[in-house]
Amino acid sequence: MKTKAAIILLAVLIGVALGLGVYTFVYARGYSYLSNNPEACTNCHVMQDYYSAWLKSSHRSAAGCNDCHTPHETLGKYATKATNGFFHSLAFTSGNFPDAIQIKPRNRKVTEGACRYCHAEITSAIVAGSSDVACVRCHFNVGHSAASYVMANP
Amino acid sequence: MALDQSASRNRWLLFSTVVLAAIAAAAIAGLLVNIFKHKEETKNPFFRVVELNDQIADPAIWGKNFPMQYDLYSRTVDEKRTLYGGSEALPHSPTEGDPRESVTASKLEKDPRLIEMWAGYAFSKDYREKRGHAYMLTDQTFTERQKVVKQPGTCLHCHASMVVAYNQLGKGDIFKGFEAIDQMPYFEARKLVTYPVACIDCHDPSTMQLRITRPAFIEAMRALKASQGKPNYDVNQMATRQEMRSFVCGQCHVEYYFKGPEKRLVYPWAKGLRLENIVAYYDEEKFKDWTHAETGAEVLKAQHPEFETWNQGIHARSGVACADCHMPYLREGGLKISDHWVRSPLLNINRACQTCHRWPEQELKDRVEEIQTRFFETRNLAMDALMDLIHDLKAAKAANASDAQLAPARNFQRKAQFYIDFLVSENSMGFHADQYSVKSLAEAINFCRQGQLALRTKLTMQ
Repeated sequence: MKTKAAIILLAVLIGVALGLGVYTFVYARGYSYLSNNPEACTNCHVMQDYYSAWLKSSHRSAAGCNDCHTPHETLGKYATKATNGFFHSLAFTSGNFPDAIQIKPRNRKVTEGACRYCHAEITSAIVAGSSDVACVRCHFNVGHSAASYVMANP
Repeated sequence: MALDQSASRNRWLLFSTVVLAAIAAAAIAGLLVNIFKHKEETKNPFFRVVELNDQIADPAIWGKNFPMQYDLYSRTVDEKRTLYGGSEALPHSPTEGDPRESVTASKLEKDPRLIEMWAGYAFSKDYREKRGHAYMLTDQTFTERQKVVKQPGTCLHCHASMVVAYNQLGKGDIFKGFEAIDQMPYFEARKLVTYPVACIDCHDPSTMQLRITRPAFIEAMRALKASQGKPNYDVNQMATRQEMRSFVCGQCHVEYYFKGPEKRLVYPWAKGLRLENIVAYYDEEKFKDWTHAETGAEVLKAQHPEFETWNQGIHARSGVACADCHMPYLREGGLKISDHWVRSPLLNINRACQTCHRWPEQELKDRVEEIQTRFFETRNLAMDALMDLIHDLKAAKAANASDAQLAPARNFQRKAQFYIDFLVSENSMGFHADQYSVKSLAEAINFCRQGQLALRTKLTMQ
C-alpha cells in the first residue's frame, strides 16, 4: 500500500516536471532554435541590436546568423547550436556577461571558417593554407557593424 | 534476508527518484519564472510619477521619473584613478571658510613648473586633480583661488545648474539672465543656484530630447559656423541627434574668456577650433588673462578644451560622440540606457571601447596608456623648454633690457605657454587627438626656441 502511494507520488512528480518542461520549452519558443530563422536569435532581447545591425548590413540578403555562426556541416552545426545554446542560456539567466558581447575564440574560428566556405574562390589564394590570416580583422563590419547599432538605435 | 535487501534498495531508488524529480520540477519552474521576467523586461517600464517643467532644477525630482538614470548620475561622487587621470579623496579638516571634508591632490605640488608658468595668476595658488560632476559647484565655491581674486558670476555658467536661474533673472529669456548673472560678483550670484549640472541642463523637460541651454555655446557655435560659411546657425534647431550627444558636453568642456567689463562669457571660436585659430583670435582681440609676474609677458590661461581637442581627433572624424565613450549604452534588463555615471572610458572599457574595438580589454588599455605616456613625456619636454625661456626672459629683464627689446620673446612666451597650457589643462592626457596634441607640443617647444633666439639677437646687438 505504502509502496503504491509512493509510486503514484513519483508518477505525479515526474508528470509535473515533464509538463512544466514542455510548457517552458514552448513558452520560451525553444523549438525556434532548431530553425535557421535569424529572428529566433532575437527571442533573447540582448541580440536585438546585432539583429538590427545585420538587417542594415551587406550580408543581410546572402547570409543569416547561422550561415556565419555555425559550421557548414550537419553534426558541427547542431553541436555548435547546442553548446552556444547552453552557454547563452546560462549567461542570460545568470546575467553574467558584458554589455558589449565579446566573441569566444571557438566561435570566432567558426565564423572565419564560414567566410572561407562561401568566399573560397578569393580566399584560398590569400590564405594559402595558413590559419593566421583573419578575415574579420579587417572586414569586421560586414555582418553587423557597431556603427549601425550604436548610433542608429537609441 | 535477500528480499529485505532488495526491498530497501527499491525504497532508496524510489526515494531518490522522487527527490530528483522534485528538484527538476523546481528548477524548471525557476527557469520559467526567469524567462517570464526577461520577457517582461522588454516592455518599457516608464512611469511618469511627476510632471516636469523648466522650473524644476532638483535632479532628485527628475529622478522619480527616471530612477535608473538618476542612480547612475548620482554615482559621479565616486572618486577613482586611472593611470593619468581621476583622483582619490584626501581628507580635509573643515574650516570656517572651507567646510569640505575631502579634497583632491594638488597638481601644483606634483609639477611645480606650473607655478612658474602661472606666476602672478590665481591658478598658481590652488590647482587640483579633477573629480566627478557632483563636486563641480562645491569645489568652485571653496577653491583657494576665490580668496585671491574677486570672480564674477560668469563662472557659474559651467559650474551650476543654471536654467532656472537664467530664466528667472531674464524673465524667460536665458540670454538676459546670462548677461545679468555675468555682471554680478560670484558670491552674490552663487546664492541663486543650488545644484551642480543636472538633468535640466541637457534635457528638455517635456520630451527628454537633448538641448543646449548655455548661451555662450549657442553664440560660439553661431560664430564658428559663420566662419565656415554657414550664417545664422541655431544649434537647437539644426544639430543632429548624434551631434547633440557631443554638443551638450561642449557647452562647458571648452576654452573660454570673459569679454570686456561686462565679463561676458565667450568661447574664442570665431576663426576656428584649432590652437592657431584661437591664438589668432585672442591676438586680434588684444586679450590677455594677466601679465606674467616674472617676465612681464601678456599671457593667456587655457581652461579645459576637451571639445576643441576631441574635434581634431580620429574619434570625432569617425562620428563618435562624447557620450559614446563617456556615457556608453548599458543594459538594465531589456532596456538600453546611456550610462549617466559620466567618467573615464578607462574605467568602463567593455562598454566604452569594445563595442567598436574588438580586442581584449587589457590590450585596449595598454594602447591608450601608451598614447598617453608618449604625450606625457613630450609635455614634460615642452614644460622644460618653457621654463628655459622664462628664465632667459627674467635674466634679460634683470639686465635692464627694454620692453621693446623683450617684446618678441614675450610674444613667443605667450604663444608657447598657451599651447602647453591648453594641452595640459585638457583632460585626456593627449588621447582625444593624439597626433594633434603631440604636434602642438612640438610647436610650443619651437616657440620657446624662437623666443630664446630672439633674446640672443637682442643681447648680441647690445
